[in-house]
Amino acid sequence: MENMVNVYFFGKKYRVPADLTIMTAMEYAGYTLKRGCGCRHGFCGACATIYRIKGKNELKTCLACQTQVEAGMYVASIPFFPTDKRTYEINEIRPDQRVMMELYPEIYSCIGCNACTKACTQDLNVMQYIAYAQRGEFEKCAEESFDCVSCGCCSVRCPAGISHPMVGLLARRLTGKYIAPESEHLKKRVEEIHEGRYDDLIEQIMQKPIEEMKELYNTREIEK
Amino acid sequence: MFTPEMMESVKKVEATRDKRMGMEPRRMTADEKDALLKAFHPDYKDAAFETIKIGPNKGQKAPAELVHLLHSNSRLTKEKIDLQKIDYDVDVLVIGGGGAGASAAIEAHEAGADVMIVTKLRIGDANTMMAEGGIQAADKENDSPAQHYLDAYGGGHFAARPELLRRLVMEAPDAIQWLNQLGVMFDKDETGRMITTHGGGTSRKRMHACKDYTGAEIMRTLRDEVINRQIPVAEFTSAVELIKDETGQIAGAVLLNMETDDYLVARAKTVIIATGGAGRMHYQGFPTSNHYGATADGLILGYRAGVPLLYQDTIQYHPTGVAYPSQIFGALVTEKVRSLGAMLVNRDGEAFMHPLETRDVAAASIIRECSERGKGVTTPIGSGVWLDTPMIERIGGEGTIEKRIPAMLRMYLNYGIDMRKLPILVYPTLHYQNGGLEIGGDGFTKGIHNLLVAGEAVGGIHGRNRLMGNSLLDIIVFGRNAGKAAAKKAKDTKLGKMNLDHIGEYARMLEEAGIDTHDQSPLLLPKYARHER
Repeated sequence: MENMVNVYFFGKKYRVPADLTIMTAMEYAGYTLKRGCGCRHGFCGACATIYRIKGKNELKTCLACQTQVEAGMYVASIPFFPTDKRTYEINEIRPDQRVMMELYPEIYSCIGCNACTKACTQDLNVMQYIAYAQRGEFEKCAEESFDCVSCGCCSVRCPAGISHPMVGLLARRLTGKYIAPESEHLKKRVEEIHEGRYDDLIEQIMQKPIEEMKELYNTREIEK
Repeated sequence: MFTPEMMESVKKVEATRDKRMGMEPRRMTADEKDALLKAFHPDYKDAAFETIKIGPNKGQKAPAELVHLLHSNSRLTKEKIDLQKIDYDVDVLVIGGGGAGASAAIEAHEAGADVMIVTKLRIGDANTMMAEGGIQAADKENDSPAQHYLDAYGGGHFAARPELLRRLVMEAPDAIQWLNQLGVMFDKDETGRMITTHGGGTSRKRMHACKDYTGAEIMRTLRDEVINRQIPVAEFTSAVELIKDETGQIAGAVLLNMETDDYLVARAKTVIIATGGAGRMHYQGFPTSNHYGATADGLILGYRAGVPLLYQDTIQYHPTGVAYPSQIFGALVTEKVRSLGAMLVNRDGEAFMHPLETRDVAAASIIRECSERGKGVTTPIGSGVWLDTPMIERIGGEGTIEKRIPAMLRMYLNYGIDMRKLPILVYPTLHYQNGGLEIGGDGFTKGIHNLLVAGEAVGGIHGRNRLMGNSLLDIIVFGRNAGKAAAKKAKDTKLGKMNLDHIGEYARMLEEAGIDTHDQSPLLLPKYARHER
């Protein structure tokens, strides 16, 4: 007999195999998921979930697809959270502190409770990256928030109403576009292609008979 | 954690590690590869394929599960849809909210078109989000688009459509630059030089990455840009059939609100199918690295409208899916793990192949190791081979794993496996649909002049196998192209009266062929719910 545990989906008891994730346990229980299910491998943040183990005080957050069920788990999935993304024109903003003040002024209302960090399903130091954003240190904010999957668990718990994933995303776009140094070799290659420098080469290779292509492929030198 | 039996094998892996460091296993010859593929690659397992009995590819083979959907009935056969009641009226309708769809929408918007996206889950719930390892582009001094062409053409068994592959490699550097200018944070050194590595089958180090969140970083940036531009996105809204007019051109699509089950009508001057792959069809019972909605919907829609499929019989099994633990069974272990130096090692600690063979060859080689050779590691749920990840820390220095592949580290740590200290167990997982709808070099389908396809739903860009990093590239290159082309085409497209006659025609063909699967397609979502009765 499989090792089974009792869990509670939206307060209703189900007996499920103990080795399942919350997501597969819901399907085992008979749920056809529409919301609360995306990539199923921990990258998309669709399955933000909140739970409490019966008899314990602590409220926990997780991704349903990356978390194994436990006995006595009371589970509620968060099908949608009204994260507040502000719109902007990426070519018109610049990486200065003013941008954050204008787009996400509520970050300055952070009371330092650290609930966001405790709620993070990726174990990121969320409060720290918000602090970097407050100071206009976008590169640090980008680095610290890089693994964010935008599940929104941080925002659910924030008393200041901050949409943390959106703040990190803005910092990353500013960093990628404006702060990280430009790639000269990339710029050069794009120009060369636009000038038609590779047109003949590509035509030549496209015209080669299959046998010649096979020979070329099988004997090509591979960079060490 | 691993079972005691698995730990016994780990000891053998550890015992040979010193000896394996610094040695490079021999690459297979062309003949060895051919023989291996024929004997062990799932594409050669005849019993798993069936013959398509109607439509443009009549008489050709496809995976049995796909044939079943192609032979199934339209969801609209018994529905009365009032096409006069139009819910959305746009220039460009993009079906699919992944990387290709988002790129297409941004470029169509940039070109001044009235564009919208419909997607059956949320924008970004797509295979793009899960692509980990990287994106190829020949932008270094020792590389060229022609070299990139050669690698991809050979890796795809010389079957790629030259006009499609040409676009892929020639527009690759531009795609990277476009993404960079949108704010995608590529891995660079302090001078701005891209940090690039090998992928299986590449002859130059041209794999650009954003740690091992490459697809996620690209997708969230594209999604942010779509929202910034206020392009309408109808989420939880799937397309269930295309609509035509009396001239036979495409005139829009019938949509389904996934939550209320209401049908909606979208009229559009051009339509872009960007619905992605088919991993959730679980061909041959394989687990998959794909997202929840990868059910080949666009292929069904397009095929019913008369668009031929190309290479629908070739599927990519990623050699390194998670074989253990069960909670993440089938999840992707990025090829970048091998790019960074981890070897594939069998039960006895032997490196049985070069770690950077192409994906089809690597997958077949692992299957052989676990079957005929009996050198696989047995787990409570199957078998697999080791990917010797501690080698990465030895080669790149302590901390390399955390810095370069943090997602992998996190995924395994969730289950108490520290891949910096212990090897991980892998087995092939259903990863990519090499085939799809046939398009020309301009992105339009054969025969229907205002219908385009982009991304994984396209067949022919890669041939019969795809190299790592060429899919993130193709969604950007062909997505952008489709958006621009669709916007232009919309300007000189005049729509007539909408109809669904082709659905009736398809139903008649099924009837004449004596086929009734009693099922409906597109599938939209896999059937995972267990019901006791």
